[in-house]
Parts: sequence; structure tokens; C-alpha cells
Amino acid sequence: MVIGLPHYLTVAAILFTLGTLGIFLNRKNVIVILMSVELILLAVNINLVAFSVFLGNIVGQVFALFVLTVAAAEAAIGLAILVVFYRNRGSIAVEDINTMKG
Amino acid sequence: MSLAALFFYLFAGVAVASAFMVIASRNPVHSVLFLILTFVNASGLFILIGAEYIAMLLIVVYVGAVAVLFLFVVMMLDVDFVELRQGFLQYLPVGALVGLVFLAELVLVVGSWTFGEGVTGAVTSAVPEVSNAVAIGRVLYTDYVYFFQASGFILLVAMIGAIVLTLRHKENVKRQSIPVQNARTKAMAIDVVKVPSGKGL
Repeated sequence: MVIGLPHYLTVAAILFTLGTLGIFLNRKNVIVILMSVELILLAVNINLVAFSVFLGNIVGQVFALFVLTVAAAEAAIGLAILVVFYRNRGSIAVEDINTMKG
Repeated sequence: MSLAALFFYLFAGVAVASAFMVIASRNPVHSVLFLILTFVNASGLFILIGAEYIAMLLIVVYVGAVAVLFLFVVMMLDVDFVELRQGFLQYLPVGALVGLVFLAELVLVVGSWTFGEGVTGAVTSAVPEVSNAVAIGRVLYTDYVYFFQASGFILLVAMIGAIVLTLRHKENVKRQSIPVQNARTKAMAIDVVKVPSGKGL
């Protein structure tokens, strides 16, 4: 049995769904929400690379590289904001993050 | 079942199971470790598909940097994670519903989707006789060099931003100040006192 594009797309879809489900389930824990966002970006990367390989176009992998860059920057900034918030408020519960009344 | 298919199902199964454990485990440290497992298995999938460069990048960047950053923050913050987990079951029904609907939609899209007529190849075809990293480099450093520079700037901004956010100057801590040290003169530092003999200071 040949592993084709739909197999990879299915794995990516399941990972993406698990990421969104993680955001729903862990609504109080910012760290797990950030990890779920990383899962979602990983699913996107799997999609990009799978299409890149099966279409024979290397540009998809280049774009996956950029997604990886943005994901790393996002994680760094998000965790830095989290540390500063914990230092000021002594808590990282999501419902406490309401100073801006967005 | 061929060996490649066997490894695909191994990597995919472990990746999905550990991704589930990321969102379901009680301890955030375990979540981070399962996240690392997910990334390692995803990079196994990438190696299987022939994208070695992205696979190595995934291990270096995600496992080496991002996951360690997560682990560091989780261990550094003294948070009661048991309290943060309350309401997990409360959100489970609506979360599972949304997840199921979403997954069903995605599976329907993937299942019924085909390439259009004439979309057999790509606009810029991959170069088959060179390795994956060389092929990426040929495109990345020529056609996409500005995007490459922009991603470098994004990382620079992220680094500066993280430092600016987390750096703090504590009060009552003596710090070294190079300009003050360099501006010291003999007149400021030395005070010659005439001591009369037999009197002391």
C-alpha cells in the first residue's frame, strides 16, 4: 500500500483538530494554549511539506521554514509576556488577564 | 505492507497520540515532553516524505529551542496547575463537539479533494539530482532572499522584545558602570590627609 498525499493531510487534519481542542479544553492555562498553537502550526507545516513533495515544488518547504521562524518568534514573545505578567500579577490564569478589558 | 507504510503509521500514530497527551495531561511538564515527542515524530514523517532539511530544522528549532523554552518557563513559574485545570470537564462537551465538527469537515475536504486538470507539476519544479538542502538553498537564497532577510529581522525583533520585556533593574543592587569607572580621576579617588604626628586620625 502506497502512502500518498491524503495520508499526510489526514495526519495534519487530526493534529490541527487536537490543537483547536486543546485551546477549548485548557481555557485557564496559557502555557497549554501556547503549546496548542504550536501544534496547529506543526499541522500547517505538515500540510505545506506534503504538498511541496507531492507537487514537486520546493517552495512549499521554503514557506514551511518561514512558518517555523514565525512560530519560534511567537513562542519567545508569548513566553516573555507570560513571565512579565506572572511577575506583576502572581498568576497566569486566563480569566485574570482582564486589565485591558478587551 | 511495505516498510515505508509501516513507519508512516508508526510515526503518525505516535505523533497523534502524543499530541492528544499534550492537551490532556495533568502536568504541564508532561505536556511539554509530549510536545517534544510530537515534534520528533513529525520530523520522522518529514524524513519519510523526503524533506530532510525541514525535519532537521524541526528538531533543532522546536525541540532544541522552543520546547526547552516552554520547559524552562513551566518550571520557573510557581503556579498551582491543579487549580488551572478546573473546568476541564466543563469545557469538554462543547470542545469535543467543535473538534468533531471540525475534524469531520477536514476529513470531508481531504477525502473528496483531487488535483485539478493540468495541475500535475509545479510552477518551479524541484531539482531532482541535488539533495533536499541544496534545492531549498538554491530557491531560498535567490528568489526568496528578501523573505529570508525579513524572517531574520523577525527573529531579531523577537529577541530584542523578549529581552526588553523580561529585563528588570532591581533596586538596592550595586551594578558596574563602565562610564563612571572610566571618568574617575586621581583627584576624585585619592584624598591626601595631613596627619599630625602623635594624634592619629
